[in-house]
Amino acid sequence: MFAEAFSIAFQFADVFAFLILAAAGLAIIFGMMGIINMAHGEFITCGIYVTVIAVQHGVPLPLAQALGAVSAGLVGIALERTIIRHLYHRPLDSILATWGISLMVTQGMLIVLGSSWQGIGTPLGSFKVGDYTFSAYRLVLFGAAVGVLAGLYLIFMRTGYGVMARATMQNAAMAKALGVRTERMYAISFGLGAALAGLCGALYAPTMTLIPTMGITFIIESFVTVVVGGANVLLGTAPAGILLAIVRTALNAWYGQIAGQIGLLITVIIVIRILPEGVSGWLSRRER
Amino acid sequence: MATEPVLEVADLCAAYGRTPVLRGVDMTIAKGEIVSLIGRNGVGKTTTMRCLIGLLPATSGQIVFLGQSITELPADERARLGIGYIPQGRQVFPRMTVEENIAVSLLASPGKDRRLTDLVYQYFPILKQRRRQSAGTLSGGEQQQLAIGRALVGNPRLMLLDEPSEGIQPSIVDMICEVLKSVRDQLGTTILFVEQNLDTILAISERCYVIDKGAVVAEIGRDRLRTPEVVRHHLLI
Repeated sequence: MFAEAFSIAFQFADVFAFLILAAAGLAIIFGMMGIINMAHGEFITCGIYVTVIAVQHGVPLPLAQALGAVSAGLVGIALERTIIRHLYHRPLDSILATWGISLMVTQGMLIVLGSSWQGIGTPLGSFKVGDYTFSAYRLVLFGAAVGVLAGLYLIFMRTGYGVMARATMQNAAMAKALGVRTERMYAISFGLGAALAGLCGALYAPTMTLIPTMGITFIIESFVTVVVGGANVLLGTAPAGILLAIVRTALNAWYGQIAGQIGLLITVIIVIRILPEGVSGWLSRRER
Repeated sequence: MATEPVLEVADLCAAYGRTPVLRGVDMTIAKGEIVSLIGRNGVGKTTTMRCLIGLLPATSGQIVFLGQSITELPADERARLGIGYIPQGRQVFPRMTVEENIAVSLLASPGKDRRLTDLVYQYFPILKQRRRQSAGTLSGGEQQQLAIGRALVGNPRLMLLDEPSEGIQPSIVDMICEVLKSVRDQLGTTILFVEQNLDTILAISERCYVIDKGAVVAEIGRDRLRTPEVVRHHLLI
């Protein structure tokens, strides 16, 4: 009985971790700037490839993963400085531009790196509970997801950057009129969002076979989580992750993986119908 | 009164899209003055304020602040040079607490003088009581006090207030007028405010510019301000 309960809890934790890690970066960029970043998967891919290449060159895995996240963040800042900053308040253009970037990066990687790349094994081995065997690394991923949420809370609620970033998010013109360098806030936030996407890729790198189009693996879950959570990463992403993880874990357990995926999409349709601004929009309205 | 100019505006023009709104605003404000900008609805008062802080670009003309041309500077640089802006409708950050609203301005200011926060709480004790409360849940008068306090912690040399009495009960308006006079007297801050409320204009204005159809059409000096009919006449032009 305990083993079954642990198995369900483990699966929930695994799905929750995947949703949170995949969505956190996208949620920050969408919440801060209203940019729907179609190149999100490519930042994740960047994190994966940098991590794997670093490990294959003898860099210890945790350091390689940090390198993957930082690399994606730097690419994000460069992209914001050169392209994205010209597209604020032009949401449709930003979708088109980031989608174009996504296509160029994916095809460029196919040409330069080939269609597949040798991966690295999953570390930490496995452990048994009853008749079930579990990957210990999946617990690390769950811990990382909780850590990301806690870190984002601390960054946005307890730092000067967080105060100015939230002000910019709520009323950019007023924040600017008070002296906030809003362009810098946007660049840092885009970099942070990209770094979190890179971190997601870096953390999942040991669990995957590497192909240049692997960013797409994360895209559906990340967009579904952001749509359900709404624009506020602090208020929306964690509740959305919990809700979607419950739906997916239950459907996975009863009807298999495909049913779990369909369940996610049905949930997002229902949420859009009932809560058009997502969970965080609903909570914000209740607060007011 | 010192005569050193804090703000000099010359032939300022601005437009929303292709529609010109300001057609040549001229004004000069000396250090420590409290000056009002009056006129009917829709003649360009708020647009002038948005242009002065930099939220609306000037199409032509000059804005000189403390001897430096700021016409081309973005709003955040103007704020850091020492212009505090209290917009129409207050525009506090509704989902942030009172102290976070104040912290935004403090963190963005070059001096980051935390003593100014204590000074703001002295001027407006209600803000200290409500410092952990979301700004969106404050009354209109409390939000106006917060908007003024938020600008004050940036240590402005010039404060721009857009209709500070709008939608606020008279007792709070009186208190805000007293605080603005104290700010000028204690900190030497120059104040330019847009107003339609005759009592507020008469209570603190030392001089008045009248704007009509996007241009300054008259200036009312200290002597003529003592005659309320003069101001009333210009509000009804």
